[in-house]
Amino acid sequence: MLRIPCPHCGERDFTEFRYAGDASKVRPAHGTDDLQAWHDHVYLFDNPKGPHREYWQHVLGCRQWLVLERDTATNTVIGSRLARDRVRA
Amino acid sequence: MAERYSALALARHALTGAPWERAWRAAQPRPSYDVIVIGGGGHGLATAYYLAKNHGITNVAVIEKSYIGSGNVGRNTTLIRSNYQMPGNTELFEHSLKLWEGLSHELNYNVMVSQRGQIVLGHSPSQMDVLARKGNTMLLNGIDSELLDRGDLMKLLPYLDYSPNCRFPIYGGIIQRRAGTVRHDAVAWGYARGADQLGVDIIENCEVTGFVRDGDRVVGVETTRGRIHAERTAISVAGHSSTVAKLAGLRLPVEAHLLQAFVTEPIKPFVDHVISFGAELFYISQSDKGGLVFGGHIDGFNTYTQRGQLPKIQTVAECAVALIPSISRLRLLRHWAGLQDMTPDGSPFIGRTPLRNLYLNAGWCYQGFKATPATGWCLAHTIAHDDEHPYVRHLSLDRFERGKIYDEYGLGQWTYRQ
Repeated sequence: MLRIPCPHCGERDFTEFRYAGDASKVRPAHGTDDLQAWHDHVYLFDNPKGPHREYWQHVLGCRQWLVLERDTATNTVIGSRLARDRVRA
Repeated sequence: MAERYSALALARHALTGAPWERAWRAAQPRPSYDVIVIGGGGHGLATAYYLAKNHGITNVAVIEKSYIGSGNVGRNTTLIRSNYQMPGNTELFEHSLKLWEGLSHELNYNVMVSQRGQIVLGHSPSQMDVLARKGNTMLLNGIDSELLDRGDLMKLLPYLDYSPNCRFPIYGGIIQRRAGTVRHDAVAWGYARGADQLGVDIIENCEVTGFVRDGDRVVGVETTRGRIHAERTAISVAGHSSTVAKLAGLRLPVEAHLLQAFVTEPIKPFVDHVISFGAELFYISQSDKGGLVFGGHIDGFNTYTQRGQLPKIQTVAECAVALIPSISRLRLLRHWAGLQDMTPDGSPFIGRTPLRNLYLNAGWCYQGFKATPATGWCLAHTIAHDDEHPYVRHLSLDRFERGKIYDEYGLGQWTYRQ
């Protein structure tokens, strides 16, 4: 069972969370009319076999969004932080 | 010329005790080939076979990083069917089913095609409307399909839960009688032997570590056993599509996810068809050894571990028991996981890439095994003519850029929800 460290609630089963995809992507600026940039943002994935940053929401806990860093080759958790801290940083 | 398999050959070997020769040569890599196919799975081997058979291109190597049969071709749940609805997929999967029907004779290798029929269940009046529409689409395309009502099903599948209070009542279903199962390992071995007999080199334990480029042209590959030159190169590596494509500098619309499959202890003949639950993603059949074989949905987050998560086992077991209560005390004998190369619209990519002389077959999500013969057929055509086969034009790599999303299931652009 993958266990996710929530900054508020501590380590919990991943079934308490909702997965929401790759968090390493940066959304193109609002109003950008470069369609290639939008295509790359929506459809392309680095899909690394190794460290990967991804969004999870703790829907059955504090309901906060967090960014988890996890090694996709082993499912080893590297770290987590609140998504809003990352946005502010 | 290799020995033909037949009843006579079987008797001769049994009586004389003469050993059987290898099914394919243990080929060593040569310095150059006309075509290199990366990935010795079902798709890669079928591609090499049809390159030689249909197009006369026999100077071909299939490069496999492990052994033949080690990947998804030996990890799937062996179903074949052609009940698709959109133009393009209908032709592709029906072509595949027709090739399956003659494959044992074509390859002189018993791949144990069993057309036992696949039934999709409907659990509400509106779902029955959807199934009727699907069946009509299939019939209009000349594909067999038959709508079943609740009474038909109670005769055909008396062991399902028809109780009045069950969570997902069964209203009826749809059956494709030509659908069924195939012995998946035999598909890999049969295509490997067939391709080998036509002159293809099958090189096992040889991992591709890079591509040799000449400008925007791919002219060969670097491997753990040295550099091999090729006029044309195809990538057909399923779960590791992104990592291999990255070696060529390509970023794909693909994410690696896990799908688990299960086998119970063997029981006497019980489930005579392939049954798909209509209320959840769950399907079940019975192997010739007697084990019930079933699977469900992907685990839900991207990973390369090939080790499934326990909560999904519980969900799949709940589906199994909701559908067939009498199997609740069967023990699971084995369970395993395979890597799915999931795409944003649930459809694969077959065709040319931005790099010249490099071709891609990837992103098969759940559907790769049943498409094996047709994929090999169409990818071989694409490589031989440097132009996509008409059956796979809708599966081009640049379809998202052109706004031509091909969403057979209409689930949105999330790889982890397809």
